Amino acid sequence: MNDMSLVERRLVQDEIKITARDVQVFYGEKHAIKDVNVDILDKTVTAFIGPSGCGKSTFLRCINRMNDTIDICRVEGRIALDGEDIYDRRVDPVQLRAKVGMVFQKPNPFPKSIYDNVAYGPRIHGLARGRAELDEIVEKSLRGAALWNEVKDRLQEPGTGLSGGQQQRLCIARAVATAPEVLLMDEPCSALDPIATSQVEELIDQLRQEFSVVIVTHSMQQAARVSQKTAFFHLGNLVEYGETDDIFTNPQDPRTESYISGRIG
Amino acid sequence: MTDATDPGTIPAQPARHTSGSLLTASARTKRRNAAEARFKAYGIAAIAIAVLALCFLMSSIVRDGAGAFRQTYASIPVTVSAEVVDPKGNRDPAEMAKVISLSYGKLLDDSLKAWIAAENIRIEGLSDADTKSFFSGEAPARLRNMVLADPELVGQTVEMTALTSSRIDGMFKGRVTEETAALDSKTSVAQFRLAQAMKENGALVTKFNGDFITKPDASDNRAEAAGIGVAILGSFYMMLIVLILALPIGVAASIYLEEFAPKNRLTDVIEVNIANLAAVPSIVFGILGLAAFINFVGLPRSTPVVGGLVLTLMTLPTIIISTRAALKSVPPSIRDAALGVGASRMQTVFHHVLPLAMPGILTGTIIGLAQALGETAPLLLIGMVAFVTTFPAAPPEGFFDPASALPVQVYNWTQRADPAFSERASGAIIVLLIFLLCMNLLAIFLRRRFERRW
Repeated sequence: MNDMSLVERRLVQDEIKITARDVQVFYGEKHAIKDVNVDILDKTVTAFIGPSGCGKSTFLRCINRMNDTIDICRVEGRIALDGEDIYDRRVDPVQLRAKVGMVFQKPNPFPKSIYDNVAYGPRIHGLARGRAELDEIVEKSLRGAALWNEVKDRLQEPGTGLSGGQQQRLCIARAVATAPEVLLMDEPCSALDPIATSQVEELIDQLRQEFSVVIVTHSMQQAARVSQKTAFFHLGNLVEYGETDDIFTNPQDPRTESYISGRIG
Repeated sequence: MTDATDPGTIPAQPARHTSGSLLTASARTKRRNAAEARFKAYGIAAIAIAVLALCFLMSSIVRDGAGAFRQTYASIPVTVSAEVVDPKGNRDPAEMAKVISLSYGKLLDDSLKAWIAAENIRIEGLSDADTKSFFSGEAPARLRNMVLADPELVGQTVEMTALTSSRIDGMFKGRVTEETAALDSKTSVAQFRLAQAMKENGALVTKFNGDFITKPDASDNRAEAAGIGVAILGSFYMMLIVLILALPIGVAASIYLEEFAPKNRLTDVIEVNIANLAAVPSIVFGILGLAAFINFVGLPRSTPVVGGLVLTLMTLPTIIISTRAALKSVPPSIRDAALGVGASRMQTVFHHVLPLAMPGILTGTIIGLAQALGETAPLLLIGMVAFVTTFPAAPPEGFFDPASALPVQVYNWTQRADPAFSERASGAIIVLLIFLLCMNLLAIFLRRRFERRW
């Protein structure tokens, strides 16, 4: 399995999707992210790893401005999506979030039907011109999230009635349905059992065909399994960023080495 | 760790649990179990006291008030003498309308006397006053209305079910006995015996009193005719106004404060003030209503519109507090999910948060309404305590007509001398309690119906 993923992991992309320069994040007085510089590639899975509280989720939430909902949070520096500063005064976060989808730690389907869960994004963004087109988007998204075969006969049943792994894939389908360019995943498997986890991981690998995927994970094995690039965060600093292989086999920074070998974290 | 290896500094070992067998409880366990049993007993005792108090309250109200739903009527043939009701003899409604109720009272009196003679009932000491005060002051008025509505009745003998006075009614509800009748200036022993004789004869019937629900209040001397119709309608109008005003204002304010407002000193102050407003004595709202709506705006007194506005002010904090609690209880993950797919804040609130908070909002609103329905003090200050015998018109004009309200009607009746009114007050309380019960059941039903699990 390792050999296979090693082969697959060869990078074919070098087009930069997201650029972060000197990003600082403050929660009130607390300096949560310090001087983060990173280039995230298109059509690549990038993993953020690091011990709890190191700022990896905070940084992820900066990418689609979810931190805007927290009053005391302040972001400095520059994060650009395709060269456009997303913290520019003229940027409407709502429009940004349609381009940068997000999947959360805990599966959080809306307490509505499976169909409505997936159709919600396209509806509010006016992506479908009619019922048929919407049906098509829903089917495509559910297929994309490898959920179609399991739910195609019960699309009108509540999404909350699915199992945890199915719910998380439903959330991925919901994020995919708005046709984003970047998909952010905040520990998407932490609430799932190993079987559901492997399904979601397989899915993440497929999503790489179309999106730039950024995944925050606690599990180093998971980062090694799914990602092509890995960034290691420690105490708000981006310590090391590079090819996943290099990070895990030949870390440059002693802190990275201590973390992946289990001495800190 | 190094300390432990040093024999000089070994800390004293904590006392070991040495009870030995698991089959016998240690003294400590027994004490703990006893404390737990005592606590449970306190709880059961508290609940028992509450249930007993409730049972006592309910039984005393039902005992006192059940009589209000039954009323005694005399069923005798009444001769509608043409000389009395149509002195000109031309059956002209305009001419007939000039004959006042008092003359019809004479008709009833004569008919009763004729009936007593015909049935061969002999009552010792039966005076004219006894037959005259036998019927309610309302009975001649109803006879008059009957005749004016149907002039064909003139000159005929009609079988009429006439409302008897509250003393006669009281004789069949245990309120008036022969002993009390002897001391009472409004009845007499002879009248008491006449009533008993008529009852045996079947001419007096005590039946369900629909008029109590539908008819307006009556004057001090006509307790038997008083109803809560105007009060029910007035209360209903006020609830309508409260619902129309308080629900949208309260929900909008809560949504803004909970979902949009920045958390700063100003919103803190507003929050504290809303919480305090909920604790302001209701009579203060009455003074406010009097000063603001009646004296300043110039709205008419004792009208549902003023009552509704005052009760709206009173209900708003309740609705805002419960709505905010309901909004808070919606898990933030739902907001994240909606924002994450690119919904605006307003879309997030209206598509996802509000529907999930709906059961809580509705429950809070209904509880607020129920509170407003039972509120008396502020209504006294804005003149709802006035004696109103005409029904308000249909809304919206009716909102500006004088009306009464259920709790105020209860308060009003308990002040009056005739014991028949206290019976009616209890009857009105029963009606009020039934309304409150229905509203609470509705709240429970809505909560069950719209509750979602996730």
